[in-house]
Parts: sequence; C-alpha cells; structure tokens
Amino acid sequence: MDSVRFDEAPRIASTKIIVAGGFGVGKTTLVGAVSEIVPLRTEALVTTESVGIDDMDSTPDKATTTVAMDFGRITLSNDLVLYLFGTPGQRRFWFMWDDLIRGAVDAIVIVDTGRLEDSFSVVDYFEAKKLPFIVAINEFDGGQRYTPDQIREALAISPGIPIMTIDARERESAKHALIRVAEFALEQLTATSRIESA
Amino acid sequence: MGIDPPDAPVADVDDGDSIHVASIVRPYALTKGRTAPRVDLPVEATIEVVSAEKVGDDIGRSILDLCAAQNPSVAEIAAQLRQPLGVTRVLLADLVDVGAVSVRATLTDRATDRQRHDLIERTLRGLRAL
Ligand SMILES: Nc1nc2c(ncn2[C@@H]2O[C@H](COP(=O)(O)OP(=O)(O)OP(=O)(O)O)[C@@H](O)[C@H]2O)c(=O)[nH]1
Ligand SMILES: [Mg+2]
Repeated sequence: MDSVRFDEAPRIASTKIIVAGGFGVGKTTLVGAVSEIVPLRTEALVTTESVGIDDMDSTPDKATTTVAMDFGRITLSNDLVLYLFGTPGQRRFWFMWDDLIRGAVDAIVIVDTGRLEDSFSVVDYFEAKKLPFIVAINEFDGGQRYTPDQIREALAISPGIPIMTIDARERESAKHALIRVAEFALEQLTATSRIESA
Repeated sequence: MGIDPPDAPVADVDDGDSIHVASIVRPYALTKGRTAPRVDLPVEATIEVVSAEKVGDDIGRSILDLCAAQNPSVAEIAAQLRQPLGVTRVLLADLVDVGAVSVRATLTDRATDRQRHDLIERTLRGLRAL
C-alpha cells in the first residue's frame, strides 16, 4: 500500500450525482438510460407522523410508510464508481433529500414544461443548499415546447445556471447532461477558488 | 406532537430514517432496536471486506458475501438485502466496528477544494470516455 501522509486524504472511491425534480418528470428514466445496472431501489422507513402535512387528521397511532429512492451505477474507471440517485418525487418526502445530497458534487434538476409549477421549489431547494446544479428540460412528446430562456424567466433561474433540453430516455442525451453538470461544478469551484486566492 | 409545516425539514428523523418506529417495525429486530449507526455511511460509500472471520450471524454473513463479490455501495447493499437504509446502516456499522469491513473514501464536508477538483476531473474523464 502507498504510504499516506497525514495531510493527504485517501483517494475517493465513489461519488454521486443527484437527479432531482418533481413527481414523474423522468428522474428514474434518466438514471436507467445511463446506468450500467437496471435502476435499483432503496427504501427508508418513515412514520406517517413524521410525514406531516398529509396526515393532519391521522390518529395518534403511528403507521410507517417507505420512501423509495431509485439509483443507478456507472463504473468510471478501475478506481471510481459514480452513483446516480433519483430523489423521491413526492413533495412530502423532501426531508429525505438532505441525507441524499450529503457528499454530492452536483445535481441535475429535471423540469417537465407541462408542469412548471412543480419545479419552483426544487430549484429553490438546490439554490439554498449551494449545491451546483443544472436544469434539464425533459421534452415529453406533444409537451408544450419552451425555449431555455423562457424557462429561465418562468422559474427565475439565475443567469449563470446552465439550462439544457434533454430526452431522458436517450443514453447520449442523459450522458451529455451528466458531463454538463460536472463541467459546471468544476467551473464553479474554479471561480470560487480564484476569488479566495485573490 | 406538532405537525410540521409543509416544507420544513422534519425534526426527530435521524439521518433520513425514522427513529420513532423501532418497537413496531420488524426490520429493526435485526438491529436489536438500534437505529443510529456510529459510523458515517453515505448512500454511495462502497464497502470492502477486511476480515470475514469475526462474523457469525446470517445477516452479517450475507452482507460479507455481497461485499466480497462486488464492493457494493451502502445503497446497493440495502437494495439487495431488501432492508431499509437505516437498518442496513446499523448492520454495516457493526461490521465496521468488529473490523470485518471498511468504508472506502467518499467526498466529505471536510474535503479541500483540491480534493473536490480532482474528484470532478476524474468524474469528467470517466464520463467523456463512456
Ligand atoms: N414520452 C416520454 N415519456 C417519458 C419521458 N421521460 C419519462 N417518460 C415517462 O414518464 C413517466 C414517468 O417517468 P419516471 O422516470 O418514472 O419519472 P420519475 O421522475 O422517476 O417519477 P417519480 O419517481 O414517481 O417522481 C414514465 O412512464 C416514463 O416512461 C420522455 O422524455 N418522453
Ligand atoms: Mg422515479
């Protein structure tokens, strides 16, 4: 084994990109399009009591429900594996996202132009978390087409944040989105490092 | 107990998994009721076998078999065991404690810009080569 200096952290063996968005926007579809495995599902248990708003009238009896997160895997090299985690779409499970995004480098926020109103809070969430993200417009067939500029205006997305159009079903398109978000994360990091060292 | 407002993070939920349910949810019997792992186990962290000798129980053995075959992530182990994430984390933390497995490095809050930079560059290189 290599000798490890005290100030040197071990080489990172795995990483993740978050695929977020409202209910049914195509998160699992995108993950499946690029993953080398059929997306797997992991679950977390929550009490309906914890779930809050949807259970205002529930009895004091605690019931549990599971929150599912779909994920895929891409082996990037012999010493690095990338996982893609789709966030649970239902709004009431968003508290799960905090656990999920810990340690993530960046995120792709998928937007369905047919239901833009679902996207506001997703964008707000990532802005608040200061996690670099890009917006990917998933063009459903027959869906209303908007230009990226129109989406930017409608969702009040900051000028620096990339917006692209994707087809979540297409491997190349999904891959392109992953590359774009990684480039963006690198640009952001370089920009902030320069400011710090200036 | 109060009802949380719609978008507020939910208090009392440990690490994303509920800690209220230990007594009523069967999977937690596997963890003898414990719900909070002492080891940091991000969903993407991969696990490798260090020493298989110290593990006697069935569930521990099946985790070791999974890890020996493919160095899976915490999320993959949970999916394959068909156990919730919280339960899986507790079981894995036990295996870490006895020195049976180790957790490979992932990005942490303590990472330097340089480490971040290296990781993103390695990620980009891999993605472009796909
Ligand atoms: N026509 C078309 N259908 C799509 C596209 N992307 C996803 N779908 C379909 O839309 C539905 C929802 O897609 P999912 O990938 O499951 O969406 P999701 O965001 O994972 O949904 P939740 O996890 O339930 O929030 C599925 O039936 C997909 O087959 C697309 O680009 N075009
Ligand atoms: Mg899904």
